Amino acid sequence: MFDAERKPRAHYRALYDRFWQLRTDELERRQMAAERSMRRLGITFSVYGDQEGSERIIPFDICPRIIPEAEWKFLERGLKQRIIALNKFIDDIYHKQSIVRDGVIPEFVVRSCATLRQQCMGLDPPMGIWCHITGVDLVRDREGQFFVLEDNLRCPSGVSYVLQNRQLIKQTFPQIFEQAHVLPVDDYCSRLLDALQAQMQHRVRQPHVVLLTPGSFNSAYFEHSYLAQQMGIPLVEGRDLVVHDSYVYMRTTRGFERVDVIYRRIDDDFLDPQAFRADSMLGVPGLMQAYREGHVALANAPGAGIADDKVVYAYVPEIIRYYLDEEPILPNVETFVCWDETQRNHVLANLDKMVVKPANESGGYGMLIGPRSTKEEQATFAELIKAKPRNYIAQPTLNLSRVPVLTENGMEGRHVDLRPFVIYGKEIYVLPGGLTRVALRKGSLVVNSSQGGGSKDTWVMSDRPAPAPVPASVTAVS
Amino acid sequence: MLSRVAESIYWMSRYMERAENVARFIAVNLNLNLDMPGAGEQQWLPLVITTGDHEAFAKQYKTATKQNVIRFLTFDRENPNSIMSCVRSARENARAVRESISSEMWEHINRFYLMLRESGAESAAFEESYDFFDQIRFSGQQFMGITDATMTHGEGWHFCRLARLIERADKTSRILDVKYFILLPSPADVGTPFDDIQWSALLRSASALEMYRQRHGRLEPASVVQFLVLDREFPRAVLYCLTKANESLHAISGSAIGGFVNKPEQQLGQLRAELAYTSSQQIIERGLHEFVDDLQKRLNSVGEGISDTFFAMRTIDVAIQRQSPVTQSQFQLAT
Repeated sequence: MFDAERKPRAHYRALYDRFWQLRTDELERRQMAAERSMRRLGITFSVYGDQEGSERIIPFDICPRIIPEAEWKFLERGLKQRIIALNKFIDDIYHKQSIVRDGVIPEFVVRSCATLRQQCMGLDPPMGIWCHITGVDLVRDREGQFFVLEDNLRCPSGVSYVLQNRQLIKQTFPQIFEQAHVLPVDDYCSRLLDALQAQMQHRVRQPHVVLLTPGSFNSAYFEHSYLAQQMGIPLVEGRDLVVHDSYVYMRTTRGFERVDVIYRRIDDDFLDPQAFRADSMLGVPGLMQAYREGHVALANAPGAGIADDKVVYAYVPEIIRYYLDEEPILPNVETFVCWDETQRNHVLANLDKMVVKPANESGGYGMLIGPRSTKEEQATFAELIKAKPRNYIAQPTLNLSRVPVLTENGMEGRHVDLRPFVIYGKEIYVLPGGLTRVALRKGSLVVNSSQGGGSKDTWVMSDRPAPAPVPASVTAVS
Repeated sequence: MLSRVAESIYWMSRYMERAENVARFIAVNLNLNLDMPGAGEQQWLPLVITTGDHEAFAKQYKTATKQNVIRFLTFDRENPNSIMSCVRSARENARAVRESISSEMWEHINRFYLMLRESGAESAAFEESYDFFDQIRFSGQQFMGITDATMTHGEGWHFCRLARLIERADKTSRILDVKYFILLPSPADVGTPFDDIQWSALLRSASALEMYRQRHGRLEPASVVQFLVLDREFPRAVLYCLTKANESLHAISGSAIGGFVNKPEQQLGQLRAELAYTSSQQIIERGLHEFVDDLQKRLNSVGEGISDTFFAMRTIDVAIQRQSPVTQSQFQLAT
């Protein structure tokens, strides 16, 4: 929000002026009202292994983050480019693997991906789309340059908080919002439904879409039910579905009804005990066969997680050049892959300056944050890396940008990241804004909600007001 | 509608109605306490007996003091039928079907639950009992109003109404039963002021006193039975509940009222018809308590029939056997 001279950047100016007119206690009052409202509405996530207080709200910071529209357009172009390339990559991996044969990515890197699904070899998902919904994690450094941190092509969550945060901020600061020319996010669910239906429109005119959840104990259950509700589609669990003759049906009070498209929020491993993990109770036996025969569409496609492997991530710039013959618009964070001896030695020599991540974990687990770590932790990680070099990557710690957050001591800077959401249907749509996650503890770099992070609304601000909708004809109220 | 969703809506609705009715039970005694200061503690045990949970109560509490009974019926998490447990179960069910009910319904149940969990709730139940239990009744009634005004009156709504009315028929019969247990009808008391006080406390807890007065005037046992069991227009009367529940049941299956296409329709239709051709005099001659007992058993089997017909997880092979090749996108359940 502030430039190097601690003056508000131009696009924050108006907001800054208005916020500073409000006293801290007034801000706190509004903050508390917003959080009360979240609890009342049940905007919560579940915490595992905790009985009574097992639902928590994600702390919500009322000071919005602003991204000027011009800057956003750039991000949007970069994200679209990335998603197109990644989709081509996934499709290639499950077919000819020309990128491997051409020597752009070593074969063993692909073969050793935990997220590679042999069951998907040769599969052709409808419209050739594998990654229908992506939530790309971005960070920016002190100079304001954006970097991609992760791609998240499996079941990225958080979009419901984007939509709810927007509702809350409208309630909290209606006047400020009204004048801010913020690009809307409210059509996300319609666009998602369109993209999902499009998958099977070549076979059924009105495809029957459902959202598959692991159930109400899942940490993202609020999001699952919220999205199903907003799209007006059934929220189903594995036990609600059956496969018969390679068609998928759901159990209703009037018998069995066909299902054409499944927006699944269950990981590949648990999707179908016949094809993946046999001990899974969450999925639907026979689902993969129905999918393979083209009788049902799955979003995201099983196997799309291959591009979530952090070693593959290190190759994304190459992937973009290879498939699109373009230079990447959005850079990766500089990444060292530990299977390479030279890079590994560099990592081992600089553990105290680096962030080390396992190739296949999400949620910020199993990481080493070098500058915050003890000598013992560094030694442990050195052993882990030497034992399984393929399993680790390392990145230099960035000087992450900070944004103001309302704290007990008034407004203070905290580190943030940004997760925009991309829908790949008939066209590619990038939701303007996305989820800004905040590390609420001072100095902390960890923004994950499972580790005490919060969130705030993200405004893509246009210079011009949106054209007011003009009604075709207006009947006066008598 | 998904079977699982229908089942959750059904139980959400029953638990909400049950919570409200437990508050009504307690209100009968709070009213009596005021009017019959001599009655004292021994009048609280019947409450636990009529709810059918006296064994669970006896395991945890030594004596049926006012304090113990109210705690057991209101906040006890071990008692699955306490108000707290009911609202928690209603909320869990609502949470499982949030996408199928209106957000106002969810928000209301969630608020209700949070209200009961507030730190001051327990002391309020004892120190401001009337307000507290009033508020619970209001919450139950608001939920009904919100449901009727915000949920499409389709299948889900009919499951909601069906559940509520079956639960209510059962609970009205139990409220009537309180009278039987409080004072085993000793002929000497009939017609005394105490008798009058008890009947009016009872009617009040069924929100029925004023409506009863309009219909029958004087408080007489046969008329009270007539009103709470057989009235066709009073919305808490058993017959009224069963008639409307029957309508919803038929709306769900799409079959004509007067016939039946499944077990619960047959059971409920029979029960309703029997009541429709019974008089209050016959009920009293047979014995009010025996009548109430039988009614509750039969309502239970209607409940089981509903569960078996609509919620049971059948295998698809049975349903599809008769339908080949696969051309339709919907199959009827083999029943």
